[in-house]
Amino acid sequence: MTGYRLIVIGASWGGLHAVGEILAGLPADFEPTVLVVQHRAEDAEDLLAGLLDRRGPLHVREVEDKDALHSECVLVAPAGYHVLVEPDHFALSTEAEVRFSRPSIDVTLESAADALGPAVVGVVLTGANDDGAEGLAAVRRRGGYAIVQNPATAEASTMPAAARGSASVVAELPDIAALLRELA
Amino acid sequence: MTATDHDRELEGLELDLLLEAVYRRYGYDFRGYAQASLRRRLWRRADLEGLRSLSGLQERILHDPGCMERLLADLSINVTAMFRDPGFHRALRSDVLPELRTHPFVRVWVAGCATGEEVVSVAIALREEGMLDRTRIYATDMDADVLARARTGSFALEKVRDYTRNYISAGGTEAFSAYYAVAGERAVFDPELLRPVVFAQHNLATDGSFNEFNVVLCRNVLIYFGRDLQDRVLRLFDESLPRRGVLALGRKETLRGTAIEDRYEPVVEAERIYRRT
Repeated sequence: MTGYRLIVIGASWGGLHAVGEILAGLPADFEPTVLVVQHRAEDAEDLLAGLLDRRGPLHVREVEDKDALHSECVLVAPAGYHVLVEPDHFALSTEAEVRFSRPSIDVTLESAADALGPAVVGVVLTGANDDGAEGLAAVRRRGGYAIVQNPATAEASTMPAAARGSASVVAELPDIAALLRELA
Repeated sequence: MTATDHDRELEGLELDLLLEAVYRRYGYDFRGYAQASLRRRLWRRADLEGLRSLSGLQERILHDPGCMERLLADLSINVTAMFRDPGFHRALRSDVLPELRTHPFVRVWVAGCATGEEVVSVAIALREEGMLDRTRIYATDMDADVLARARTGSFALEKVRDYTRNYISAGGTEAFSAYYAVAGERAVFDPELLRPVVFAQHNLATDGSFNEFNVVLCRNVLIYFGRDLQDRVLRLFDESLPRRGVLALGRKETLRGTAIEDRYEPVVEAERIYRRT
């Protein structure tokens, strides 16, 4: 047990497949809370949690305001809300979009780094913008661990390429679940 | 203790002192707000003012009321839309308004009404159900500037296409364009819709209950409050609702785990519409 309490997975274009592949590789008794921040249209009928729920043994549901930090389920940031991390719970916000995104990966990673310091693992996956890069840098500054999907083999390379400078490790998608199991 | 832990502790102290200063100098109480989001917005204001610490922001705010106004605008989240979350408005019409039809007079409180988009949306639904002329809507916000904008009953024309789509999926029965006139870049809504509306400044963090209501709408406001302040505000709503009074929260807000949870039953759980038992 290395003391990681929260794993934040940020993804954009191509994320549904990539996040699903990671969740498929995590066991039902996975200890740290997993929070998925996936960009999508604000008013999209929210099917994401349901789709991800089928991918692995862990149940997946959307975050609600003031949900406890420790969760048996994988949590998904709701469309149209930022998810901020407090020391023992999550809080939602509808403040302005950051880099055209709400949920914003940076907002979640920065608040997670602030609240939990070295107990955070940030994961930045495929995407066609640069959300997540600043947040991942904040995670590293506060002593957390940072995994970036290899931009060369990601479905969209811009986002992981932008975050790469902060990576503790750059990994191929099929290896990320195993990395997380080792960290947990 | 590491350097970062020390910095963080110091920053926490600066933040507490800043909120104390804002409260004692201007009467706005942000001390019970959710910390992570508040800290983000305070730092954003400090950066925009060219200041390097929250203590620096405190000094400026104490001596410059203009800076306080700018901070207040930062701290009032006014993201809103007409018929936002159409499923909610559809449920309001199908599961809440029918019972209220039997009442001779209906009072609705829109708490945290911001620039008034939801107020006009509710007024439209009430008119289409034939209830607007025996309803009073109390629309409150802590920020006098947004209330002044809400009173105009006009919204940016560029948003109207989205609002029309929302209106239709919320179960609207008329032509949406019949409700507004175009004036330059604004869509000015029928003043009759605002006739039953009382706009008033009210701060949920510090003010008390001021009437009894059949329906209280407070959507995406409680998310900015810490748990203790949420409980305070929920008790305030509870004191303002009779038996079978309806409380409607935001799509991702819940009564679960709160001080008043046991006194309410869901009307439409998915849309966070509750009724006092």
